[in-house]
Amino acid sequence: MDAVTRLHRQLVDYSNSLFQEGILDNQFGHLQQLQDESNPDFVAEVVNLYFKDSERLLNEITVALDQQNVDFTKVGGHVHQLKGSSSSIGAQRVNNVCTAFRSFCEERNIEGCQQYLQHLKQEYYLVKNKLQTLFQLQQQLLSAGGSIPAYEMSYSILPLIYLTLLQNDHNALPH
Amino acid sequence: MMIGAEGASSSKKARISENPVSKNRPYFALVVDDDPMIRRIHSMILKSVGFKVEVAENGKEAVDLFRTGAKFHIVFIDMEMPVMDGIEATKAMRAMKVESKIVGVTSRNSETEREVFMQAGLDLCYTKPLTMAKIVPLLEELQKN
Repeated sequence: MDAVTRLHRQLVDYSNSLFQEGILDNQFGHLQQLQDESNPDFVAEVVNLYFKDSERLLNEITVALDQQNVDFTKVGGHVHQLKGSSSSIGAQRVNNVCTAFRSFCEERNIEGCQQYLQHLKQEYYLVKNKLQTLFQLQQQLLSAGGSIPAYEMSYSILPLIYLTLLQNDHNALPH
Repeated sequence: MMIGAEGASSSKKARISENPVSKNRPYFALVVDDDPMIRRIHSMILKSVGFKVEVAENGKEAVDLFRTGAKFHIVFIDMEMPVMDGIEATKAMRAMKVESKIVGVTSRNSETEREVFMQAGLDLCYTKPLTMAKIVPLLEELQKN
């Protein structure tokens, strides 16, 4: 087995494991499908924005929970923001922890919030580490002369788009 | 009638995706969110099905775009943003007689909160993440009108 084939197999297996373990969901696959020649770094770009914003939010949550009088509305707002960006990038486990964390904010439960902050950090750093490894494997494959395999979903959205166009706007389709 | 970014004094010009929709009937969308990552993702999804896209970082920027004469077929707006949130911005746009379809995009699951957002003048409210599957029916609806 040559280096390119081996790296390709390794990348596919690693990528699949992230979905199977529930670390990522189909939304991440949707983002991968949007990446093309005109936007070759789209996924890396949004992931880096996610890392930057998540670390700012985690820091703000940590500081807010360390206060004498905790502003649970503020903490909940930060968790809500993190939930929104996590769901948009497909970080499924981070998203799930945010949902549970928010209920502790609503209950004004300081112990629950502190416990879930640790859980949230754990899940966030896990997905960060996994995504960085994924990008490293992609770079290794490209450096070896291979190409990154397209993410294949259980269904393709493109036929749905073209079917919609066909049904509603015959003139919009190329003849 | 001025449509999209051309109608506003904005230097941002969204590229038109190589897509059958945009070649004959371009649709103009406005994405309003304070999170740059969300703006990037939503813009990319919309461009991939042929929309020309403009972005705003908060509700005030969105309202100001309409005030300067910009027009959009559809607006995707977040609920919680600094300066002016989605609820206030939607109310302001409807008060200005904006006829665009306004779609709320939020990670709030509470029916009460979503109802407040809807009552501000939304046509529809989606839970994040915004996906292609959620956008295609909206495109279908625009094509019917």
